[in-house]
Amino acid sequence: MDPGAFCAQARLLIVAGKGGVGKTTVTAALARLAARTGRDALIIDVEGKSGLGNIFGHLEPLTYQEAVLAESGGPDSGEIRARTLTPDDALLEYLVDHGMNRISKRLASSGALDVVATAAPGIKDILVLGKVKQLERASVAGAPGAADLLVLDAPAAGHAFTFLASARALLDAVTVGPIRAQAAEVLEMLSDPGRCQVMLVTLPEETPVNEVVETAFKLEDQAGVHLTPVVVNGLYPVHDLDIDPAVAATAARVPLTEAEVASLRRAATFRMHRQELQTDQTDRLAQALPLSQLHLPFLFTTELGAAEIDLLADALEAEIAKLPDLAPLNLPEDAGAEAGAGAESEAAGAGSGADNPQPAEPG
Amino acid sequence: MTDRETATTLRELIEERTIVVCCGSGGVGKTTAAGALAVEGARLGRRTCVVTIDPAKRLADALGLESLTNEPGRIEGDWEEPGELWALMLDTKTTFDDLVGRYAATPEQATLILSNHLYRNIAGALSGTQEYMAMEKLFELHDEGRFDLIVVDTPPTRNALDFLDAPRRLTRFLDNRIFRLLVMPTRTYMRMVGVATQAFLRTVAKVVGSDVVKDAVDFFAAFEGMEQGFRERAQKVLDLLSEPVTAFVLVAAPRRDAIEEALFFASRLQESDIEVEALIVNRLHPRFGQVPSVLTSPEAAAAPAAAPLAALVGNLRDLEGIAEREERYLKSLTRQVAPAPVVRVPLLDHDVHDLNGLGQVGRYLLGLEEG
Repeated sequence: MDPGAFCAQARLLIVAGKGGVGKTTVTAALARLAARTGRDALIIDVEGKSGLGNIFGHLEPLTYQEAVLAESGGPDSGEIRARTLTPDDALLEYLVDHGMNRISKRLASSGALDVVATAAPGIKDILVLGKVKQLERASVAGAPGAADLLVLDAPAAGHAFTFLASARALLDAVTVGPIRAQAAEVLEMLSDPGRCQVMLVTLPEETPVNEVVETAFKLEDQAGVHLTPVVVNGLYPVHDLDIDPAVAATAARVPLTEAEVASLRRAATFRMHRQELQTDQTDRLAQALPLSQLHLPFLFTTELGAAEIDLLADALEAEIAKLPDLAPLNLPEDAGAEAGAGAESEAAGAGSGADNPQPAEPG
Repeated sequence: MTDRETATTLRELIEERTIVVCCGSGGVGKTTAAGALAVEGARLGRRTCVVTIDPAKRLADALGLESLTNEPGRIEGDWEEPGELWALMLDTKTTFDDLVGRYAATPEQATLILSNHLYRNIAGALSGTQEYMAMEKLFELHDEGRFDLIVVDTPPTRNALDFLDAPRRLTRFLDNRIFRLLVMPTRTYMRMVGVATQAFLRTVAKVVGSDVVKDAVDFFAAFEGMEQGFRERAQKVLDLLSEPVTAFVLVAAPRRDAIEEALFFASRLQESDIEVEALIVNRLHPRFGQVPSVLTSPEAAAAPAAAPLAALVGNLRDLEGIAEREERYLKSLTRQVAPAPVVRVPLLDHDVHDLNGLGQVGRYLLGLEEG
């Protein structure tokens, strides 16, 4: 698949995964890829604490106002912007928009907000997603200054499910009022693969693989969202190291001490063992979850800057190129005759073509 | 807190303390560390209980935690007499229910609260509740006196502040002035609730619906009279955390975000006069020895005959490079928690999901093996 087509599947991509899997890194790489395809990308940070700015050398903390993290590199490339959108930000804007500016302070300071948020769980999430929906609409309408692709760095771990399922939960709890209407609109956006898709990120290890499988089924079945291929992050690049270092040294006509031979051998054994383990895990993931996988390399660094994000965007681009082309999605009526029943939104929404079945129950 | 003369070892902590709290950000191996410390506690002859929050499935199975009973279950093993190992997976809702039962004046009051719509949402929706209930469970277990050592795994808190702030957060919630005013006896209500408050709640009802406001008012009516008991209990729980029987152990991984959060956590604990007594660093890349200075010129490395050796050297260089960078990264954290000992656990060649695996991690934690 062409990376441009990948970035054009939906205006909103939500990147989700458990803590420590590199969700924010993948968010940044995805934004970089979108910019390369000529799209202005807006990264949305809903927790207000991410290190995204640092990655791009933007040292001030992100705020509610959009900041440009990376300028456009020319006429064919877009820029990368970022902003926060925390529940508090969203609530304040909601109240102001609805002519309730005066009670907003009191709602927070009196603690009544906590009470309301507990009585109607998910209300804060709905306010955030409601605002995201506004941005998505502005993007579709091509409003001045609106981004072409929104990349949302979702809350970590179990919060991601609660966050994305908030619309359904709220529709059950709140029977009337503007918040209910907002939840309905959010649900409509989340369940339309032409508007929004979720990219899950995991690591090639036992526990993260189990969790991503569980999350994927829950998100599709209970939150009704559509999943892109799943990103497996931090894979050791595979090298053939099954070589005796002493033999290799002789072949290269290089003298090595016994200690050096031993170090090379132990390091190679370790790497091969990890490579084997990660293959086991990606195979297991493929068995348990019928979604394509996008593999990103481990970068052997603790630092993460623009250069590393470029490398990951390269890898993402190469992986996306391997994906089959998408079946046409949400066709306008005149073009609809071409699309068979099997190519409709459900399968295409899974991100890897019409022959991709819906996930079966995990074994 | 007084300055310590010498650092304590992890072994001394699990031999001498009653409570060990493992804290740190998500995905750093807190649950594994807590499980491994508990296994070692039992091995050293202590009656030990580990309280976990959300263990990975296979680890939960290994610890016999497949069912949520909210009561400790016993794990058989080769423990030194009179050592025992018990494990419990926290059920936030049941813990809260028990607490309501304890402080309700009558069984009817408890029933009324437990069936309230808002109450049923608290466990899942009010942030800080899970953190507080973990502490509450710890307090209960400590109070019962059946264990010599309780090791607690803390929830993967979004914000480290939530953890120590959780008890106060809950009591603040229960003390909510606006809603409590509404449930005062009628005559006082008439006098005290201003027009402003009523107008305010009407506005809230307009936004979220009147059901939500009614649920809240009903809840505070049912809860009337119990806040004092809850507040005192929360204070006792907090006090227990700062007593010398309790040790805080910080768990980190050598990743930028995890180190930054650990630094923040350490300073936050210090502000509350709680010292980090040990730092566990998980998943460090192991060291394999110096990279031989061969094939240093690009031409030499590019020669076809040298390709296999170049791959081997490249691999060692990758691994040594990342290990060195991780070590450098750790320095600021090590300084911040000094003189607390830093215990290293290497990236193992398999995931830890059974008692044997915990035992292996335990050997590193106790310094029987070098990480």
